[in-house]
Amino acid sequence: MANEAKGKRPLSPHLTIYRPQMSSVSSIFVRISGVALALGFVLVIWWLLAASISIPYFEFINGIMTSWFGAIVMVGSVWALCYHSLGGIRHLIWDMGYGFDLKTSDRMGWCVIIGSFIFTIIVIYYSGALS
Amino acid sequence: MNYKTDIVQVSGRGSAETGASHWFGERLKSVALIPLTIIFICIIAPLIGADHSTVVGSLQSPVKGFALIIFFLVTLKHLEEGLQVVIEDYVHTRGRVLILIKLNKLFCWTFGLVAIFAIAKITFAA
Repeated sequence: MANEAKGKRPLSPHLTIYRPQMSSVSSIFVRISGVALALGFVLVIWWLLAASISIPYFEFINGIMTSWFGAIVMVGSVWALCYHSLGGIRHLIWDMGYGFDLKTSDRMGWCVIIGSFIFTIIVIYYSGALS
Repeated sequence: MNYKTDIVQVSGRGSAETGASHWFGERLKSVALIPLTIIFICIIAPLIGADHSTVVGSLQSPVKGFALIIFFLVTLKHLEEGLQVVIEDYVHTRGRVLILIKLNKLFCWTFGLVAIFAIAKITFAA
């Protein structure tokens, strides 16, 4: 009985009906950056494994990571890590029950977005990739 | 025919059982990952693109090795829980959800354990 009705029942309006908001968009990017970081996680582990196995294997991975494609993935991973961390801190603040009013919420959203780029530049500078 | 009352059938099956500690554990790992991620970046970022002897030489410090192992342990669990939430939110067929959750566990634990193996091999092969 329940299965017959499945799929035919009307659904209440969901996400698509809303105008995108600061909190919803900056929040979904925490999730997207988290999923994307799975790729960065795999790459760094592959690199560590290669370093532990042999020099030629390490040089093969190192070649991939220092190519233009590898550089894009690495910079993207650093940005995703910064964004996910800052956005995660905002969610922890929300979980503690603070920052729910619109003004604070919007301000935290901008802090996360701008902060993620600032931290990305700091990490890239610190890594010595620019020198 | 089930003669149990409604309350008996549902009690202990919802978040009342382990939901709160699971929720708290997720947050605890997130908080722990704030300093751990900073430590990870400080150790790994300067080594990306460096040659083999520099990387291995730098990672042969037991303190760095230990910090990285803790980072990867907490990260693989955080990744597993995070990806599981994504699967549960967007996949609506029960069978697929169960299979994907198992594959997710396999994926995270495999890479996490490979990372720990690699770090231990470098650190202790002095």
